[in-house]
Amino acid sequence: MAVKRLHLMVCAGTGCVSNKSMEVKAALETEIEKHGLAAEVDVIPTGCNGFCGVGPILLVQPDGIFYQQLRPRDIPHLVEEHLLKGRPVQRHLYTPPGEKGTIPLMSDIPFFHAQVLIALRNRGMIDPEKIEDYIAREGYQAAAKALTTMSPQEVLDVVKASGLRGRGGGGFPTGIKWESTKRAPSENGTRWVICNADEGDPGAFMDRSIIEGDPHSVLEGMIIGAYAIGATRGFIYVRQEYPLALKRFMIALNQARESGLLGEDILGTGFSFDIEVHRGAGAFVCGESTALMASLEGNVGEPRAKYIHTVERGLWNMPSCLNNVETWANVPPIILHGAEWFTQLGTGDVSENPWGGSKGTKVFSLAGKINNTGLVEVPMGITLREIVFDIGGGIANGKRLKSVQTGGPSGGCLPEELLDLEVDFDTLTAAGSMMGSGGMLVMDEDDCMVDFARFYIDFLMAESCGKCTPCREGLRNMNMILQRICDGKGQEGDIELLEEISACMIDAALCALGTSAPNPVLSTIKYFREEYEEHIREGKCRAGVCKALITYKVDADKCSGCTLCARACPVNAITGETKKLHVIDPNVCDRCGACYDACTFDAIIRV
Amino acid sequence: MARLSVQSLNALRDQLQAERAGREGKCRATVIVHMGTCGISAGARQVMTALLGALEERGIADVAVSSSGCAGMCSREPMATVQRPGEAPVKYADLDEKKIVRVLDEHVIGGSIVKEYALAMGSERAG
Ligand SMILES: Cc1cc2nc3c(=O)[nH]c(=O)nc-3n(C[C@H](O)[C@H](O)[C@H](O)COP(=O)(O)O)c2cc1C
Repeated sequence: MAVKRLHLMVCAGTGCVSNKSMEVKAALETEIEKHGLAAEVDVIPTGCNGFCGVGPILLVQPDGIFYQQLRPRDIPHLVEEHLLKGRPVQRHLYTPPGEKGTIPLMSDIPFFHAQVLIALRNRGMIDPEKIEDYIAREGYQAAAKALTTMSPQEVLDVVKASGLRGRGGGGFPTGIKWESTKRAPSENGTRWVICNADEGDPGAFMDRSIIEGDPHSVLEGMIIGAYAIGATRGFIYVRQEYPLALKRFMIALNQARESGLLGEDILGTGFSFDIEVHRGAGAFVCGESTALMASLEGNVGEPRAKYIHTVERGLWNMPSCLNNVETWANVPPIILHGAEWFTQLGTGDVSENPWGGSKGTKVFSLAGKINNTGLVEVPMGITLREIVFDIGGGIANGKRLKSVQTGGPSGGCLPEELLDLEVDFDTLTAAGSMMGSGGMLVMDEDDCMVDFARFYIDFLMAESCGKCTPCREGLRNMNMILQRICDGKGQEGDIELLEEISACMIDAALCALGTSAPNPVLSTIKYFREEYEEHIREGKCRAGVCKALITYKVDADKCSGCTLCARACPVNAITGETKKLHVIDPNVCDRCGACYDACTFDAIIRV
Repeated sequence: MARLSVQSLNALRDQLQAERAGREGKCRATVIVHMGTCGISAGARQVMTALLGALEERGIADVAVSSSGCAGMCSREPMATVQRPGEAPVKYADLDEKKIVRVLDEHVIGGSIVKEYALAMGSERAG
């Protein structure tokens, strides 16, 4: 056994890799070799650490020192100073926005220490391509416990008592879904478990990170679920655009099979179960349960009406249990530590009613105008304010927060007044938004709420499968109305018309794509109605986003004639001699704002 | 990998955990070998190698071995500091390959300070 005195955990998540973390890793290896430290120091590529905004990331263990924004050329000095002389290199440590002092220890950085890791329990601590690393962190212990010391019914009872609810968007109690699948009649006893790894929400990367960073946690959850339900085969539906996630799944599946953790007679217990991977073709609607199953069968990915639930007749008309990646990843710790351990975290009471609360944690991807973009796992019941300001580090560039969108494209926008809302399934829904799968987008005063709604309705219109009329026509008409409001051609009554179409879609659309699609429109009307009215009545966009409603002018008192604006203008709309007043020709100007950003004298005004 | 049973899964986990204790930051003690220029020229490198070798021989992975710069008493190098959780750190001076192994066995593993080599208890305060 080789004793390594230092473990260098290099983040190999997609974010860090695209910032050249693999070059950093190679540089580390070269320098370690050069100083003869190869026998003492281990370099381990890990999954995403979540703090993508400051990558590439390196964690030095056992010291717990967190390095950020490393470049290959920083490495020779770092190896000499830290690995040889034991002195952490100050200039690569983390400094919180707006502060001067560095924070050397990962555990002291606010972004990390407010998080509670269950689904992401192995984050940054394992090499996702090594089953040994997973096993060393209690991997497959829960499966072993379930298969050898618990009956399927006991496993089911623990999951029910834990109050775990689906992390894919709907928040349906997982134990109830498992029980219905188990009870559903099946002539030949066939039942399936399915993992939804489609993750079609733009800007969401929770599931991708779990798979890329810890694929075995999903497989172990599925093994336990299959045992509880009595399924012999499982399917993973992973989107085509996730090549690394796919690769990690394939490696993990092979390792699990070779180790007797999948296939015939798992762990010598007599229980047999195996998993197949299916690649999706990149349609948002294919994340919907019935569309996903249709796609798995090789048919067009269209939803069907759910008079008969998929737990009764799903994939190839057999009882099918579909759960999200994060849901599956939550199962092993629940089995290992018990339902009571899980229910200590979160809101409400699930002992009588499985919908009575939200237990455990939720993974969110933080994006938008926030300082610390990245992936976080927080206990249910945390406030939006804590997520945005304590963990997210507040709004970038000293701007003011306007709104937080939760729940992805069909989620809603919540205003600043609601920041103290507790994050759980039911509170968010009651406020007109939703938990969704965990996208969280922060907007500041430079974002226009009408344009925002238009953007998401555009996306949803393109992704609607077109099978049912309310969704197909409703989205097309909402898109038309929103577009004309943004173009300054809005009419009295447009807001009411949007509300009417929304009500019809909520009542009559076939699947949740259509019934939830009005959320971005309704929530922005509810909380930011005055912005709609300004667009329609005054032809004004206060954020300065809607091009038809703004003009750029030069403030004659402030212009110094420095020519910066004229040089920045891509359409040559600005004329003026050096040291003389410049003028913008409104007929040529395409309102891109480049002059506004370029001017250092605040001489460009937007009206 | 061979097919696992519950017993062999547990045995494998225990072995892997022992190997990876340092990665988890979970260690029964930390030994810091002072490796400033003075320390290295006095033989700190050999002390470090001897220490790592002895740990490997004994199959111990939950002792963190770290290096640091000059401890400020260049004439007494090679030096090392032993820190056990909840106890005051102890500095050892004038070490060599044999002495560090005795420090490992008696203090790091055994828990009793090797008084003959000990220079002082405690570390300078930071800040
Ligand atoms: C349009 C649409 C897209 C969806 N996309 C996803 C997705 O990408 N991933 C996911 O897990 N669930 C998605 N869902 C939710 C699934 O239909 C389903 O509720 C979920 O996979 C069930 O798993 P859970 O109970 O573990 O959350 C989507 C639903 C709709 C209506």
